[in-house]
Amino acid sequence: MSIDKDLGPAPSNPALAILSGTRQRKKFCFFKKSGIKYIDYKDPDFLLTFVNEQGKILPRRVTGTSWKYQKRLARAIKRARHLALLPFVTDNLK
Amino acid sequence: MPRLDPVNQYEITQIWPPDLSPEEYQAYLKEFEDFLQKNGAKILNQEVWGLRRLAYPIRKKLSGYYVYAEFQAPASFIKALRRYIQLRPYIMRHLIVKLDKHAIEYNRRRQEKLKAQQSISEV
Repeated sequence: MSIDKDLGPAPSNPALAILSGTRQRKKFCFFKKSGIKYIDYKDPDFLLTFVNEQGKILPRRVTGTSWKYQKRLARAIKRARHLALLPFVTDNLK
Repeated sequence: MPRLDPVNQYEITQIWPPDLSPEEYQAYLKEFEDFLQKNGAKILNQEVWGLRRLAYPIRKKLSGYYVYAEFQAPASFIKALRRYIQLRPYIMRHLIVKLDKHAIEYNRRRQEKLKAQQSISEV
């Protein structure tokens, strides 16, 4: 225990960061951060930001959305698809 | 024990065909409003989005006439509403959503925003 304390924080190695590629910014959940509680299916332009070019829902590992809001987001996108506000499949959506 | 029939807040979006006459749209809208009011539903907000491009064809049509309404009604009313929709083949698509407290709050703010936009465009 005392040994750990003596060593202090591991020295940061900038060269390692360069070698392992660009240093990534920490991802965050957009909805938690901006205090959005309800995701609306009536706003397709907003939902478009969480969809890729083929109209597929982007995974959490890409957008950083929390599990809770990913579920709500998916529901909103699926509702929008049902009402033909968003496509099920396309190409070159953006 | 009496059967529970709680009053909830709902919203419904319908898609009608794009090729009807203005009189037909008016008549259908009137019919829908009357149906809601006669069966114990209270219309809180109604919006006609009008013609919009569909993201994919429905019944070989590329656009649709969107009608949206928010209402308060007992849960048993929804069954009657579903039946009403089934009996009207002109309704191409519909979505009924029960609103939770976050959704109600969101819709209230959305309505205020729309109103503000309207008053700006009027001035």
